[in-house]
Amino acid sequence: MSADSIDIQPILNGDRLALSRVLTQIEKDSTAGRDALNHLFPHTGKAQLIGVTGAPGTGKSSLVNQIAYHYRHPVDDSQPQRIAIVAVDPTSPFTGGAVLGDRIRMRDLSGDPDVFIRSMASRGSLGGLARATAGIVQAYDAAGYDIILIETVGAGQAEVDIARLAHTTLVVEAPGLGDDIQAIKAGILEIADILVVNKADRPGVENTERALRNMLQLAHPAKRVFRHHGQQMEVDGADEQEYEALWIAPIQRTIATDGEGLTELLEHISQHRQHLENTGELARRERARLAAQLDELIESQLVSDWRASLKNGVYEHALDELEARHLSPYEAVQELVKEQKK
Amino acid sequence: MAEEKIRVLVAKPGLDGHDRGAKVIARALRDAGMEVIYTGLRQTPEMVAEAALQEDVNVVGLSILSGAHMALVPRILELMQANGQEDVKVFIGGIIPDEDVPKLQDAGVTGIYGPGASTQLIIDDIRAAMSAAAN
Ligand SMILES: Nc1nc2c(ncn2[C@@H]2O[C@H](COP(=O)(O)OP(=O)(O)OP(=O)(O)O)[C@@H](O)[C@H]2O)c(=O)[nH]1
Ligand SMILES: [Mg+2]
Repeated sequence: MSADSIDIQPILNGDRLALSRVLTQIEKDSTAGRDALNHLFPHTGKAQLIGVTGAPGTGKSSLVNQIAYHYRHPVDDSQPQRIAIVAVDPTSPFTGGAVLGDRIRMRDLSGDPDVFIRSMASRGSLGGLARATAGIVQAYDAAGYDIILIETVGAGQAEVDIARLAHTTLVVEAPGLGDDIQAIKAGILEIADILVVNKADRPGVENTERALRNMLQLAHPAKRVFRHHGQQMEVDGADEQEYEALWIAPIQRTIATDGEGLTELLEHISQHRQHLENTGELARRERARLAAQLDELIESQLVSDWRASLKNGVYEHALDELEARHLSPYEAVQELVKEQKK
Repeated sequence: MAEEKIRVLVAKPGLDGHDRGAKVIARALRDAGMEVIYTGLRQTPEMVAEAALQEDVNVVGLSILSGAHMALVPRILELMQANGQEDVKVFIGGIIPDEDVPKLQDAGVTGIYGPGASTQLIIDDIRAAMSAAAN
């Protein structure tokens, strides 16, 4: 394979076709794509990453449209931010194809050269999706976009992995999804920095919000105040200092179709950002993210090197031994690793 | 390396108000294993070209029933060319009078299909155009 390497200068200069083409290579995980990422990496680390996730149809794309629009058209006299969006939709497991429809809801952003929207199908493996998304985000970051919005559906492992990419993760709920509580998976609260109850114009919004509030209360029991020898004392799950550093996800109602609640939502996003900076959490998250990426790459590199180093048939032989119950899986691993050292 | 996925933008430029045909095509292409970016109704030529650029598609499929194809299609091709996407194949579905077909082909359209065309034919033509382009 000819690893025709990609000139990254046009990407850094804001050439949108060059950016678009490198995204394709990154998504394919081609040699050229990896090479480009190597050269783009020194230019990354500046953008603010915002994840938007939630069940299908809750209004994530409509919300991304509004968030981006508000950053492009600030109501105060702040600078308009350059926005890049990556919207992930599931690949059909049966055909390998996908219909990516998120752009339908992002019409307000069309014609704006400082907004870039890319749709992506989830394709094969979980790890592959997280890697591709991380790569796309890096390319956007290097291309100078100030804010990167990442839309994903659902609350599976892929979303959790992708949420780990983002500095701030919005989890979107909406009334009328059948059974409200069921739709709110407990695990999703762990990744939510901000909870959005969208479609606030719909009946049942109070129930959805109450259900969320109850679940949050379980996760972060409020301070209990009681009297002790006439003095007020505060007792809580976390001690005082920890409590200061604790971010309790706010709940924000929105109507993504008309922009209601968006100013408040942007305020929460900026407060969360402030919180991350003030508590040192931003640097910690960044380091944890890089560590996770490094670990994943080390693992896949070591495994593929090791596999390539095995003599023909050795692996199959170990498998036969397992099948015949001559070896346990642990013993088989020991044998195989020994085999490689010879 | 992963297999090459064909990425197709399915767009509905112009003002006519229903997109049933476009949706049928979008699903058929998905079922054929392609990745379809669907942008919905009432797309301006600028919106179509912008989406094609950002999505780095191999193919643009336009559904046009309004009769405005001679106003819309050459403009879209022109914008795509200006963006450096002259290699992207353009297919049109809709009611296109016979006399317009050669004009559209000359402008650079790869395939033109009437309302009765089978989705399988369109899929085969897209695949053929892709493998011809790859060689
Ligand atoms: N009434 C009402 N409808 C909304 C609101 N926000 C979005 N919708 C509608 O809900 C539907 C789904 O919106 P999307 O933005 O596509 O939702 P999504 O979560 O991105 O959907 P998927 O990407 O398919 O999971 C559309 O018909 C929107 O117009 C809202 O605040 N109120
Ligand atoms: Mg969406």
